[in-house]
Amino acid sequence: MQSTAAVSVSASATASRGGARSEAARRPGGVRVCGLRGEALTCPSLRISQAPARLAVARAAAATNGAVAGSGGGFDYDLVIIGAGVGGHGAALHAVEEGLKTAIIEGDVVGGTCVNRGCVPSKALLAVSGRMRELHDEHHMKSMGLQVSSPGYDRQGVADHANNLASKIRSNLTNSMKALGVDILTGVGTIVGKQKVRYGKAGFPDKEITARNIIIATGSVPFVPKGIEIDGKTVFTSDHALKLESVPDWIAIVGSGYIGLEFSDVYTALGSEVTFVEALDQLMPGFDPEIAKLAQRVLINPRKIDYHTGVFANKITPAKDGKPVLIELIDAKTKEHKETLEVDAALIATGRAPFTKGLGLENINVVTQRGFVPVDERMRVMDADGNVVPNLYCIGDANGKLMLAHAASAQGISVVEQISGKDHILNHLSIPAACFTHPEISMVGLTEPQAREKADKEGFEVNIVKTSFKANTKALAENEGDGIAKLIYRPDTGEILGVHILGLHAADLIHEASNAIALGTRVQDIKFAVHAHPTLSEVLDELFKAAKLQPREGRDSKPSSHPNRC
Amino acid sequence: MVHPSDKLRRFGSRSDGRKRCQVVRTINGDWRHGPTLQWAGRLHLTLWFVSHSHLAPPRRAPDSAAQPAFSSTQRSPERRVISSVIVHQCAMASLISPYLSVPTAPGRARLAAPGAPRRRRMAVVRAKIREIFMPALSSTMTEGKIVSWTAAEGDRVAKGDPVVVVESDKADMDVETFHDGIVAVVLVPAGGTAPVGAPIALLAESEEEVALARARAQALSQGQSKEPSPPHATAAPGPPPPAPVAPQATKGIATPYAKKLAKQHRVDIAGVVGTGPHGRVTAADVEAAAGIKHKQKVAPPPPPPPAAVGPAPPMPVLPPVPGGTVVLFTTMQAAVSRNMVESLRVPTFRVGYSMITDKLDALYEKVKSKGVTKTVLLVKAAAVALTQHPVVNASCRDGKSFSYNNNVNIGVAVALEGGLLTPVLEDADKLDIYLLAQKWRVLLKKARMKQLQPNEYNSGTFTLSNLGMFGVNKFDAILPAGQGAIMAVGASRPTVVADKDGFFSIKSEMLVNVTADHRIIYGADLAAFLQTFAKIVEDPEILTL
Repeated sequence: MQSTAAVSVSASATASRGGARSEAARRPGGVRVCGLRGEALTCPSLRISQAPARLAVARAAAATNGAVAGSGGGFDYDLVIIGAGVGGHGAALHAVEEGLKTAIIEGDVVGGTCVNRGCVPSKALLAVSGRMRELHDEHHMKSMGLQVSSPGYDRQGVADHANNLASKIRSNLTNSMKALGVDILTGVGTIVGKQKVRYGKAGFPDKEITARNIIIATGSVPFVPKGIEIDGKTVFTSDHALKLESVPDWIAIVGSGYIGLEFSDVYTALGSEVTFVEALDQLMPGFDPEIAKLAQRVLINPRKIDYHTGVFANKITPAKDGKPVLIELIDAKTKEHKETLEVDAALIATGRAPFTKGLGLENINVVTQRGFVPVDERMRVMDADGNVVPNLYCIGDANGKLMLAHAASAQGISVVEQISGKDHILNHLSIPAACFTHPEISMVGLTEPQAREKADKEGFEVNIVKTSFKANTKALAENEGDGIAKLIYRPDTGEILGVHILGLHAADLIHEASNAIALGTRVQDIKFAVHAHPTLSEVLDELFKAAKLQPREGRDSKPSSHPNRC
Repeated sequence: MVHPSDKLRRFGSRSDGRKRCQVVRTINGDWRHGPTLQWAGRLHLTLWFVSHSHLAPPRRAPDSAAQPAFSSTQRSPERRVISSVIVHQCAMASLISPYLSVPTAPGRARLAAPGAPRRRRMAVVRAKIREIFMPALSSTMTEGKIVSWTAAEGDRVAKGDPVVVVESDKADMDVETFHDGIVAVVLVPAGGTAPVGAPIALLAESEEEVALARARAQALSQGQSKEPSPPHATAAPGPPPPAPVAPQATKGIATPYAKKLAKQHRVDIAGVVGTGPHGRVTAADVEAAAGIKHKQKVAPPPPPPPAAVGPAPPMPVLPPVPGGTVVLFTTMQAAVSRNMVESLRVPTFRVGYSMITDKLDALYEKVKSKGVTKTVLLVKAAAVALTQHPVVNASCRDGKSFSYNNNVNIGVAVALEGGLLTPVLEDADKLDIYLLAQKWRVLLKKARMKQLQPNEYNSGTFTLSNLGMFGVNKFDAILPAGQGAIMAVGASRPTVVADKDGFFSIKSEMLVNVTADHRIIYGADLAAFLQTFAKIVEDPEILTL
């Protein structure tokens, strides 16, 4: 599925390049395609395939796994990836396209955390949660003229939906790699020396292979603070929660980040009451404060949720001997005991820890930092002396730069670009993030405080504009007017610094902004792009149109940005 | 005289939720029995605002100024929509109301000093220490959180200054004061929560009174801490049980929803016996303590539409219609139903009048292009007529007095999807028809989006209901609680009329029916009012002045 997407993207990129060229030929002086700058199309991050000829090479490569490039220099493979999660998968597909002979080593199941214990099954649960919410919201239903009588759910049915989705996506992933000829090697991979990896599983002899380049993509596991005893039944992590073996009446969720927030959405929709335990003084600490505040109003306050902030869960004892789950709370600053909660279950959503043990990093003089593999901006692994280890890269959760599935994949593609001889640095500020609550939250770039800090340091001004979902036709048609979009930008240059959205389908809306950041599109350019009416995308359209720039002569040297040119 | 929010607090703190007779003191210092109320327990504030006007003292009492008036209404709609989601709306909200502070505060003060109630009372009345209350910033707001105090203790504030930023269930709002004074004591600090109507600060009029206010604040807090111990029989009659101002620490374990419900229904959770697993207090326990029967979703037979006529206090429940569908009232419909039944207590009568509208129709044709509707013209005509017949603009609140209103605020019945609202055109006598029309458009829009603020639908002194646009030729209306009269207007229809010389001609004729409270408005009053009204309608030039 992904491979076809890649090919079609290349094809269309080629086509539009061609189009841009002929356009340029007809109109000398300004290469502009509907407000998007022409340079954008030659941006390194889009340089997936550069010419039709190259496509053919990629196809040939697909069939033979690197026959074109061969595995010169006596290496078994051009590229060996340790870990077949979303990051490793993305890297493998791109490597094949680039004509590299590729193998991927997986000690558990293909798909990694995202597909098996993360994004994918949680989306299945959240899909159920969204529908339950709608059906239970009598007022909402009535206002649309619908009548529903007492909606209910079958827990096992919901759990099966999540599980089926995970297996489906897992087999899609496996098939896509097999179809391209990526060798999937089963076992736990260990780096035994320079460009040398050993892998094997219990009961089988270990095998050693050599590779011109190695990518570590081993991902992460749920982080459990000390003092918390996990029994998998009443005190558990997201790994267990996604199986939905029970729906407790009252569940404490330790941590109010993405994971905690999404699970609160699921559990409250299924009838649980939720208590958040957050160590920082604010719920949802990673979000833009204004968005977090609004999110609290929309996602927390009206629901059966309460919270304790500024406290650590010092000790959590699973339910046993007829006693409930006990959670000892201590003040995050003074460490004094504050309260003991008695709940039916506790979900530990305090973040994720890198899974890098047993990788054999000591064999190549690499020391992890809190488990993370140190890398530079090109994902090249750094050794204990701060030198780059040649031919060794680390992507995804294992390097801790940005612990998101699509970030890992983007980093993998970036690495493959470098291996193929094209320097590439991934702009992490262009990577969007989303939280799939109802309504959703999404963001890209800097938060307002981050932007202001940067502005203070670098001496520029920051402007903020906001638009509301209440003013959007489609949102109102859906009766889902809750939400805002917020744009943080430089009024002097029109550079987009960050976009934050809370509202219906926010996760799908963010890409216009993230693409703009990735391509360097400025506010004054993107505001001329046309959006279909009536769609939710008009929320962003209005946002860009609302952004005012400082009038300065010569700021926009190209008067050709007039919309009529398109 | 009891202010609704005040009453809400008192009733809310009761757990039985049944009948209760209030004895409170009016601003004049005499004692009076307040109305006896059937408190069904699950009465939300939303309902309150719709139905409370018959309890409330005249909104424009000479010294009250407790009218929330949102300056945001002056903004353009787009801007308002956005700002209502995002940030600080500037709200001129309610704040200070002496007639409120008198019944509550001395009652508590007396707890501290039971020996000298009379002297204290006099001091209070003269000293004008006003309480600043948690305003109701939206119709669904039951409590508010203080985001920050923009004025600190000891600050001198002038009328219109923002003093506090309040976070409601919808947005943060700057709240302004309507009185000059000194912020003497902040009762609920920033970050604290208080139910709507609870005092959040005391405002003294002068430096000398600051100390007095402090003493009262102390008495207030002492009164509260003493409250749980019952032996106060010697205290003056009917000291109201105070509402918890800030959420108290709960000792027992209660689930998140139980805590929310307890706050909402003002149930002291410490006093609720938990029946959940491990003895925890569950939502069901709180509901039981608040006297709420859980709504049964599957079983259909809750009350049918109000076919039952007759002042029988227990609402008769008819057997369900076989094969029919039962749809529960929305909050708004429940409020309408309640108000309608409530109106049966008032002895009403009706007077009809027919009037020729050719000139009015001609005027309408002229001003139509400027957005003036027939309804607006009729409102203006009624307002002008009311200024000449103030008794028709009055109301009877206690069965023994006339309550004259200083303002002519005309409510206009608007049919909404599944409901009925009466947005109020305030000061309709003073505004010209173009301004009225503009105001009306804003109100209509708000009404349709369910964004009317309480004062925009419950401050009416007279109501107009126009069904002319449907071709109805005559009907009569039910008098809403708290008002003296309501006018029902039918359509103008070409009618053959004979003039005094016996000549026949065809004129447009309109039938107007007014329903009035006969305790204060007598037949001749109404007839005279209608005569004036008819004159204006038949010679409507005055409306354009």
